Amino acid sequence: MALDELKIGGMGASRRRVEDNRFIRGKGKYVDDVVLPAMLHMEILRSPVAHARIKSIDTSAAWEVPGVRLVLTGETMAARNLAWMPTLSYDTQAVIATDKVRFQGQEVAAVVADDPYIAKDACSKIVVEYEQLPAIVNPDQAKDSSAPLIRDDKVNQDSNKIFDWEIGDKEATEKAFADADVVSSLELHYPRSHPSPLEPCGSIADFDRATGKLTVYMTTQAPHIIRAAVAMVAELPEHQIRIISPDLGGGFGNKVPVYPGYVISILASILTERPVKWIEDKSGNLISTGFGRDVYLKGEMALRKDGKILGMRMHTTSDHGAFFADAQPTKFKIGLMHSTFACYDVPAAYLTSDGYYTNKAPGGVAYRCSFRVTEAMFFQERMIHAAANDLGMDQAEFRRVNLVKDDMFPYRTAFGFLTDSGQYAKCLDLGLEAIGYSSFKAEQEEARKRGKLLGIGISTMTEPLGAGNSREYDIIGIKMFDSAELRVHMTGKAILRTGAKTQGQGHETTWAQIVAHELGIPADDIVVEEGDTDTAPFGMGTYASRSTPVAGAAVAMVARKIRAKARKIAAHLLEVSEEDIEWELGRFYVRGNEERGVTIQDCALAAYSNVPDGMEPGLENNAYYDPPNLTWPFAAYICKVEVDPETGVWDVLKFVAVDDCGVRINPMVVEGQIMGGLTEAYAMANMQYITFDEEGNCIGANYIDYLLPTAWETPGFELHEVVTPCPHHPIGAKGIGECATVGGPAAFVNAVMSAIEHTGVRNVDMPLMPNRVYDAVRNGQDVSGMPPVRVD
Amino acid sequence: MYPNRFDYESPTTVEEAIAILDRSGGEAKVLSGGQSLIPMLKLRFAAPATIVDINNIPGLDYHHVDDEGNLHIGALCRHVDLEESTTLADTHPTLAAAAELVADPIVRTRGTFVGSVCHADPQGDWAATMLAQGGYVVAQGPNGRRRIDMGDFVLGPFVTALAYNEMAVEAVIPGASGTPRGSYLKLERRVGDFATASVAVSLDMDGDVIRKAGCALAGVGGRTIDANDAISCLVGKTLTEDSIDQASDAVAAVAEPRTDHRGSDAYKRHIVQTFVKRILTNLARTEQKAA
Ligand SMILES: Cc1cc2nc3c(=O)[nH]c(=O)nc-3n(C[C@H](O)[C@H](O)[C@H](O)COP(=O)(O)OP(=O)(O)OC[C@H]3O[C@@H](n4cnc5c(N)ncnc54)[C@H](O)[C@@H]3O)c2cc1C
Repeated sequence: MALDELKIGGMGASRRRVEDNRFIRGKGKYVDDVVLPAMLHMEILRSPVAHARIKSIDTSAAWEVPGVRLVLTGETMAARNLAWMPTLSYDTQAVIATDKVRFQGQEVAAVVADDPYIAKDACSKIVVEYEQLPAIVNPDQAKDSSAPLIRDDKVNQDSNKIFDWEIGDKEATEKAFADADVVSSLELHYPRSHPSPLEPCGSIADFDRATGKLTVYMTTQAPHIIRAAVAMVAELPEHQIRIISPDLGGGFGNKVPVYPGYVISILASILTERPVKWIEDKSGNLISTGFGRDVYLKGEMALRKDGKILGMRMHTTSDHGAFFADAQPTKFKIGLMHSTFACYDVPAAYLTSDGYYTNKAPGGVAYRCSFRVTEAMFFQERMIHAAANDLGMDQAEFRRVNLVKDDMFPYRTAFGFLTDSGQYAKCLDLGLEAIGYSSFKAEQEEARKRGKLLGIGISTMTEPLGAGNSREYDIIGIKMFDSAELRVHMTGKAILRTGAKTQGQGHETTWAQIVAHELGIPADDIVVEEGDTDTAPFGMGTYASRSTPVAGAAVAMVARKIRAKARKIAAHLLEVSEEDIEWELGRFYVRGNEERGVTIQDCALAAYSNVPDGMEPGLENNAYYDPPNLTWPFAAYICKVEVDPETGVWDVLKFVAVDDCGVRINPMVVEGQIMGGLTEAYAMANMQYITFDEEGNCIGANYIDYLLPTAWETPGFELHEVVTPCPHHPIGAKGIGECATVGGPAAFVNAVMSAIEHTGVRNVDMPLMPNRVYDAVRNGQDVSGMPPVRVD
Repeated sequence: MYPNRFDYESPTTVEEAIAILDRSGGEAKVLSGGQSLIPMLKLRFAAPATIVDINNIPGLDYHHVDDEGNLHIGALCRHVDLEESTTLADTHPTLAAAAELVADPIVRTRGTFVGSVCHADPQGDWAATMLAQGGYVVAQGPNGRRRIDMGDFVLGPFVTALAYNEMAVEAVIPGASGTPRGSYLKLERRVGDFATASVAVSLDMDGDVIRKAGCALAGVGGRTIDANDAISCLVGKTLTEDSIDQASDAVAAVAEPRTDHRGSDAYKRHIVQTFVKRILTNLARTEQKAA
């Protein structure tokens, strides 16, 4: 008899997360928990100013502190050709500043000592003389002809502009505008934010001169890319480099790039011939590592009177900080911004982009999203909201008219993406029903009598996940496929390794469920291991919701290879030909004689003890999966808020989320991802951002200014599901790690705007802090969030 | 956390603690709840040579109301003790309203009322409630105890009138001469955030006539703002639309807010005015219901 899939923790089981057992007990093993014999400790000295020429650095007093083993400056790095390193966007980035500091918090020196206290004491003894230069904190300033040249280190760089880029059909779009009855427009800033994983970045570099081997424990979401990068930067042979990414305390895109601290710790270990540990502090993480967003978006939409969208014209201006270090596929300069409007039937579209250097930290990481998709979807839903208003049409009705219909798939978007499945209108209607959309107008009237303003905001979107297919997606030339390796032991237990790297997503739980689904081996009998480049198969790591779409598919595929071999063994054991063998969960049997069968465990034992003639023993294999297309989950998020016009404070009255992420491997884990994502969306809409004052001082380099929401103020979320399986993914899954962070913010903002736009306001930039909302209501004017912020 | 090197002392009597403070000649700091001092050490904003941890001194964790209605809060009374008090709302409603708005529930289990007052943060909530209610600090030094009125206690941001060899052993908040009324409103960006602006109002009522009025503000100046004079226009009056408007305008006028990323000076002043008005309007409603 076939096994009950839910009982063995297979697909669809809300199995408890196995990793939580050690996390809840405080038994996780993070980089900082690793202690190696004779290990030294490194601390980084950071620049207090945003833009300055370094006139001199005096490290003599630091060298004299007892217990100090090494003091590194830009000069030390330069002597080994390591003062600069390549970024993931084909630019260069300073490892330790030599000529100038270009943002507040930049690395200017490092001290290696017997313990971290000494290293920190010695850092404060380093004397740096700065000659301050004007700081540039937004692209407008960067463009100004009198602006100082930030990247004077680069030949042929005579302005602060990094790139111009375009995509789409300009002529067709112009024609759409010529035919339009109404043209709607919108401009906004998606503020700079920071992924802020609770565990900051860190590394322990251990270079063994005797063997020539470099082992690095590192907080990285992509250990294999790092190995390749280290091989290139440090000019070490790749087989002598081992990157181990142990338990990660969150990543959210922040742990994809290569950071100066990693490189410095590696050189420090080579120079001292001892292991060197570097653990960044919270402020160091916030002030210097990969930020998210910081994009100015504007666009116009061509509309027909009946509500049909005819075309879309958009321009983005992005602020990349001092170095162009975005982690994104090579082909695209502004990530997958052109995935914007993918869920709507937009016949013509054209996007232009430019990017600038500023005196701010570099990064441009995909903070819980595929590259720039959060900005794309936020703008989309804010634009849709504005357009519906301009037409005088109901928000839901306007979306219904323009959403891609179920029978239009596969659908080619105006920017060339191919969406393949979904039930968009069904999701929207389910959400409207749940929020009580039809009675909203009456509620709003009633609240006005109490002096409160009610608003309702909708955000519907599909987003591209799972980069990628190797035709289009690579990072520094490495194609974006992924892998899995499965070894079934003779007792039928198994170890699975993948090239992804879990950091809270629950791979140890869910990958085992995929194997359980494919092989009938109970999930509890499968251990999942990731993150060690010496043992895990090559993979591109975990970000951009790519694990389930790519590595998860590889898991299914390798399990199928194992099943194919087990089938041959089963035929041998049952003494029938392979064609006469049938499979049911966990068991092969003889067609027409269901009683005669062998379990997958029987096959595993036989693989090591009784293989047919001519067959290799053992039951293990690997699979590389190169997806044919991206995956396209859909979501409808609807939010109802109450705004206090006297203070600008707003509260969420109800939030409804309808997610269609295809087949759900573990519904509980999926819901956890949605809840977490919506919390971050709420954060973005309400409080979480990094800004700068006129001098380039970073406001948001600590948890007093950089606000992460807590359980106390985060609203409750009501979740609903629709399932449209992905047509090309082996188990029909689409990915869910990021939908809510991507689509969520616009629901909150549209809700607040709907409450206050009767005053004439069209846009308030995020975060919608009480003062901004109050100013907007009071003056009936838009509020811009562009830095610098005034600090008296 | 990698602070500067410091010596750690853990006295078990107040006298011993004072002797250590005295010996260290200004280089020592008292550690009570640690919720402000430890972050300062961590950021190396504070680098005392000696930390005098008073948490092992028994008998300082009390809070009680004496026969005359005065509330005594011992140096180790935690924020949460006040939050959980079942009688505070009746005797000292302003404090009771503030208790659940100070920091977040985790910090409230460690932080102390007296430590907060000694920290003299212009954004501190308790200092504002003390100032609005005519509270005072009892300081003990080598030569015994003295009383420092809250109005004289804070000399500037993070600076108090305590001598280097003195420790605050108790805070006292007088009871009301009539019916105690009052509240505390705070604008914060999320739970655990310091005040963008906050208002403490305390009234002693005789029937519906205001016998005494106190008010202080946090977050809207370089120190806790004393608005007692401003709100004294209510004394001898009842709470009417006019008196409420007059008081809220007067209080807003003494705020000294500055523009920053939390909002413009005008916005913060507006919040002060709105909050005074809301507190007084709510109190007026309560009075009407009672009557
Ligand atoms: C995340 C977070 C959020 C917070 N939010 C708020 C908030 O919203 N509102 C608010 O008001 N506070 C807030 N605080 C501060 C908190 O209330 C502290 O508890 C309080 O400011 C200090 O009290 P403590 O007992 O922790 O003092 P400590 O940190 O131990 O000491 C603070 C200072 O007072 C001195 N000191 C302490 N006790 C004595 C004494 N008995 N005699 C002499 N000197 C003494 C110390 O030497 C030190 O200089 C927050 C703190 C944190 C960590």
